[in-house]
Amino acid sequence: MHGVVMVFFFLIPSIPAVLGNFLVPIMIGAKDLAFPRINLLSWYIYVLGGVFTLFAALSGGVDTGWTFYTPYSTAASNSHVMSAALGVFITGFSSILTGLNFIVTIHRMRAPGMTWFRLPLFIWAHYATSLIMILGTPVIAITVLMVAAERALHLGIFDPALGGDPVLFQHLFWFYSHPAVYIMILPAMGVISEIVQAFSRKNIFGYSFIAFSSLAIAVIGFFVWGHHLFVAGQSVYAGLIFSFISFLVAIPSAIKVFNWTATIYKGSVSLDSPMLYAFGFIGLFTIGGLTGLVLATMGIDIHVHDTYFVVAHFHYIMVGGAIMGYLGGLHYWWPKMTGKLYSEAWSKFSALIVFVGFNLTFFPQFIAGYIGMPRRYHAYPPEFQVLNVLSSAGASILAVGYIIPLIYFMYSLVAGEKAANDPWGSRGLEWEIPSPPPTENFTVTPVVTEGTHQYVHPSQEVGVA
Amino acid sequence: MFTNFPLFPQQASVQAGQVDAIYFFVVAITAFFSLIIAGAIAFFAAKYRRRHDAEVGVAIHGSLILEILWSVIPFFLTMGMFAWGAKVFFDLYRPPAGAMEIFVVGKQWMWKIQHMDGQREINELHVPVGRPVKLIMGSEDVIHSFYIPAFRVKADVIPGRYNTLWFEATKPGTYHLFCAEYCGTKHSGMTGRVVAMDPADYQAWLSGGSASDSPVAAGEKLFQDLVCNTCHIQGSQGRGPVLTNLFGNTVELQDGGRVTADEAYIRESIVNPQAKIVAGFQPIMPTFQGLVTEEQLLQLIAYVRSLSAQGTAPSPAGTAAPTMPQKSDQPVQEPRKPGR
Ligand code: HEC
Ligand SMILES: [Cu+2]
Ligand SMILES: [Cu+2]
Repeated sequence: MHGVVMVFFFLIPSIPAVLGNFLVPIMIGAKDLAFPRINLLSWYIYVLGGVFTLFAALSGGVDTGWTFYTPYSTAASNSHVMSAALGVFITGFSSILTGLNFIVTIHRMRAPGMTWFRLPLFIWAHYATSLIMILGTPVIAITVLMVAAERALHLGIFDPALGGDPVLFQHLFWFYSHPAVYIMILPAMGVISEIVQAFSRKNIFGYSFIAFSSLAIAVIGFFVWGHHLFVAGQSVYAGLIFSFISFLVAIPSAIKVFNWTATIYKGSVSLDSPMLYAFGFIGLFTIGGLTGLVLATMGIDIHVHDTYFVVAHFHYIMVGGAIMGYLGGLHYWWPKMTGKLYSEAWSKFSALIVFVGFNLTFFPQFIAGYIGMPRRYHAYPPEFQVLNVLSSAGASILAVGYIIPLIYFMYSLVAGEKAANDPWGSRGLEWEIPSPPPTENFTVTPVVTEGTHQYVHPSQEVGVA
Repeated sequence: MFTNFPLFPQQASVQAGQVDAIYFFVVAITAFFSLIIAGAIAFFAAKYRRRHDAEVGVAIHGSLILEILWSVIPFFLTMGMFAWGAKVFFDLYRPPAGAMEIFVVGKQWMWKIQHMDGQREINELHVPVGRPVKLIMGSEDVIHSFYIPAFRVKADVIPGRYNTLWFEATKPGTYHLFCAEYCGTKHSGMTGRVVAMDPADYQAWLSGGSASDSPVAAGEKLFQDLVCNTCHIQGSQGRGPVLTNLFGNTVELQDGGRVTADEAYIRESIVNPQAKIVAGFQPIMPTFQGLVTEEQLLQLIAYVRSLSAQGTAPSPAGTAAPTMPQKSDQPVQEPRKPGR
């Protein structure tokens, strides 16, 4: 249940819905998204999906994990799979609509002079994310529909007793759910690209490499799903291909990390809280991504598949990556969105706590996983005790780290200082308008003459080119 | 409480060393790059920290050479991991010829194990050290996954098909056996132990205890009880094909296709006979779905296999003697008729 709620109702929509809806139009110099009403609709749909899932949770919860593996989910599990599945199905439409809206907006609503290669990297990241949303989400929607059909009508799709194939479900599920990881991480990468530039007061190193690596991740990410099936008895040769492509998808991610690092070189670096979150992101994402290589290596995956090693890996990516990005973005744009400043000291402190708590929670799980602790074990042999105790202690620290921002953000709404248009000294359309922005964003449509984050006038540029 | 606190799993199979070697390689690369990135960021952040409020960074737009370097070097490193990992995978996947076979059936929430000599165990698996062991595994209900961390082996156990897994234990001892695929509320209780024994102890264990019929003998009995033998008559053509020498050979189908008779095919022939009709026969065989349990299916398969020269696995005693003649007083089989 924790998985269903976190993945489908928090991690996937968090950045696109909160930051994306707000920033995509502003950053390209538009008054609003292309379809404001559809945007509202997608919010209602999301709430409706949430209600079904909440119902499933309150009335006992689903015990299938977020992966809903068949035939357990269709034949054996007697919990509220149906309403949870319906919840996921409905929320899917919200994703599709959001993706559609972003794509159309980015194509059609750019201000004069806002060419593709002047777009902020946040926009490129959202463009790539939207592609995955509209191409991948229908597949998961159909898949949960099939699960529902098998449960309710006993159509034999996945259950071998009815003539179905249980592994087919895993193919369909991961065809969406692997790219879904990129739905969570790509927007965060977009946020990090913005923050790294703003707090180094420097344009990005390798703009087009970062932009295209987002697209590469979106496209290649659709062809790696089989790395979740190395021990499910899929053909060895299929396994080979999926392993190969999984290694390939690591390259664009590596390119991003290297370019972010190079951006800081010769910058004017200030360690405000968004930048601390960005550093946290880069650190955790690097560990998460590199341990992904361990899992993509077929010979090792046989041992670590479905152990805590995997749990640690995807929390480094999804929680360490996506949530650090989300928090970094919130801290960066909070003054813009609300017009209020929050406590700088507390926010730095909480960034530190989150980083420490996170590592304490999830690092021991790599070790437990390699020793062989399977995931979804609530009872375990004594040799895993110490590591699990460490993990639980870390989780408490992490929780504190998440609660502190909640408090000072709330406080800033009531009593925070008023924010100027551009409190960080950044460059970008969103920083040229008042905080918070007026309903129409821009009173006069802006005319764009250069890319974002140009801190040095072209005539004064000296750097190593 | 803190005395039993390992940071690394035991190595107790021939595969364990292989898996650990490549694991260390990948982890070393992981650590190396993580440290480089963290070091560079810390260094740059300190060296280029903002000194006054209006300061801005130097405009540097990129460097093609660097981009190429940091794409190509990681690419070759990952290809090294890929190739090595694939090699280890193939070794883990392909059981050596002559591996001793054991049947495993997973069900919520226990492991049922049948040795070819007739020993049965639940949530325990006794194996000799120094001999490759191949497990043939099926499930009675949902997907489970058979996992022995100390051996670094794991395979999903999926209803409706057989997955195999092999290992060769190197050190006598008792090791964890886990179910690694979520299978319901008591998933974390679906554990057991693997006991690796010196061959002599293993022989002693085999001869003691409660040996029931070997799977072959039990299968033969089922073959009569379920009146399979009314259609599949030994040695002569009845209403159904002769099963002698079927296993491991190619079967020609009604629709012109061909299929190799392996465990999965025989299983399908019994639970879903209409799926593939043998050329020259009528689709009159009734389905036995629901009439036989997964374990009985494995016994029937063992019996059909024993009728074929290629299907006889070496006995656990280590000699190449076929399993079949040991415990059943089966008449000598005629060879399979040519033309099939
Ligand atoms: C009513 C007669 C009948 C009975 C009873 C019957 N079978 Fe069959 N069986 C057939 C026929 C006819 C075929 C060939 C057509 C087909 O493939 O369905 C066949 C095919 C098979 C095959 C595939 C043979 C090949 O050459 O590929 C196997 C294996 C098999 N049966 C096993 C069994 C077992 C085990 C039982 C008892 C549990 C059984 N049969 C009971 C009639 C029967
Ligand atoms: Cu994946
Ligand atoms: Cu299980």
